Order: sequence, then structure tokens, then C-alpha cells
Amino acid sequence: MEPPGLNHWLVVSAMLFCIGAAGVVLRRNLLVVLMSLEIMLNAANLALVAFSRYGNGLDGQIFVFFVITVAAAEVAVGLAILVALYRLCGTVRVSDIATLKL
Amino acid sequence: MEAALFHLFSFLTLAGALLVITRRDPVNAAMLLVLTFFFMAGLFVLAHAWFLAAAQILVYAGAIMVLFLFVIMLLDAKEETRRCFGRVAGVGALAVGGALLAALAGVIRDGRLWRVPAGDAEGTTAAVGRLLFNTYLLPFEVASVLLLAATVGVIVLIRAPRRPDDAPPSA
Repeated sequence: MEPPGLNHWLVVSAMLFCIGAAGVVLRRNLLVVLMSLEIMLNAANLALVAFSRYGNGLDGQIFVFFVITVAAAEVAVGLAILVALYRLCGTVRVSDIATLKL
Repeated sequence: MEAALFHLFSFLTLAGALLVITRRDPVNAAMLLVLTFFFMAGLFVLAHAWFLAAAQILVYAGAIMVLFLFVIMLLDAKEETRRCFGRVAGVGALAVGGALLAALAGVIRDGRLWRVPAGDAEGTTAAVGRLLFNTYLLPFEVASVLLLAATVGVIVLIRAPRRPDDAPPSA
């Protein structure tokens, strides 16, 4: 078998991103929606790592490092909002949180 | 060997991600997501991103998922009694995923991508660190400020709601 080319990496990354996007639309539980967001961020990371491998430089990997940092901050704040929301509404199901609905 | 490992890890990553978004129990989904992150670290190793593979396991599979599990435990998220997604949501998810995949496939099909040769950049800790502390020093420092802001923000958000009898003295 020949070694994987750049397009193989990008196909995996694209499929992973689509799974994440589908998860955001599919799930009602806000926790799992956040997990799907993480999957999408990881798909982008995978594409950046692949470009770094085939672009002959480490800058893509530096970018992934910063994405991981931002993802950590994002998860911390997102989960804090989730806990605050649970205190307020007593649920984390997106279909039950309809205060802004007309 | 490299190709076989690439296909194995890609398949396992995609299967793990699919299971994450379809499992009913949030705890199951979280544990499968940890597994997915581990397989993705394997993919990073195949791309010679050694430092990122370690960071992926430490930060994602370690710190972030522990945070998720703590919140699941705090909220006592029970197994969803009804089906975890409706039929409309299922169709919508398939449509969104399919449309996105079609759009991305249109870009990836470009034949020039097939012939790009692999570079010789090695993502060792030394190489990444040298780049991070020279060229990207300012973004690195800004990232630390971002983490501090996130910490302060979380503390403010999570603080227990003030009881009505201990109103601020200035009021």
C-alpha cells in the first residue's frame, strides 16, 4: 500500500467535521452538543497538522497548539454556562430551554 | 505499514466520533470521545507531530474530558428516557452533514492535492518550542491572558447566587 497523501488526510478531516456538525444538529442534550463542537475543532486540527506535514513547516502545528489552548478555555466557560443554566432552568435539554422563543 | 496504520486510526477515529453523537448515555459518549482523542493522537504521530500527540492526550483526553465528566456527575444527567433525538433532527443532521461533506469533497477532489510530497518537518518538542518562543512569542503570551480571562470568567459564572438578605452595603 502506498503511503497516504494529503488528500487522504483531508478526507478524514472533512468526514470528522461533518460528523461533528451532524451531532450539533442531532442531539438535544447540551453536553453532547458541546462534545460535538470538540469533534469539529479536532477535525480542523487534523487538517492543520496534515498541511503542516505536507507544507514543509511547523507553523500549522503551532496553530494547532493555540487551537487546543482556546478549546480548553472554551470548554471551561461553556461548561460553566451550562451549570449556571442548569441552576436556572433545571435542565440541559435544548428543547426545554425555550425562554427566548416567541 | 504507515498506510495500514493510517487507515486503522482513521477508521477508529471516525467510528468513535459516530458513536459519540449517537449514544444515549452522556457518560458513554464522553468515554468514547476520550477514545476518539487517543486515536487522533495516533494520527498525529503518523503525521510526525510528536509534541501535539502528547498535548492532545494530556489536554484533550486528560483535562477537558475530566471537566466534562465532572459536569455530567454534577448535573446527574440521567440516561435520556425518550429517544435521544427526533426523526426531524435525524433528517436535518443527515442533510447538514451530507451537504457539508459534498462541499468539502468538491475542494478535496482537486488533483493537485494528490501529488504534494510529504515534507521533512519533525514536530518534536524542541522544534515546536523553538518556534513558539521566538516567532510566536507574542501569541503565546496572549494565550496565557486568554486562559486567565477564562478562569476569572468561570469563577464569576459559577459563583453561588447571592441571597436576598446580604445585599451589598452600598445599596
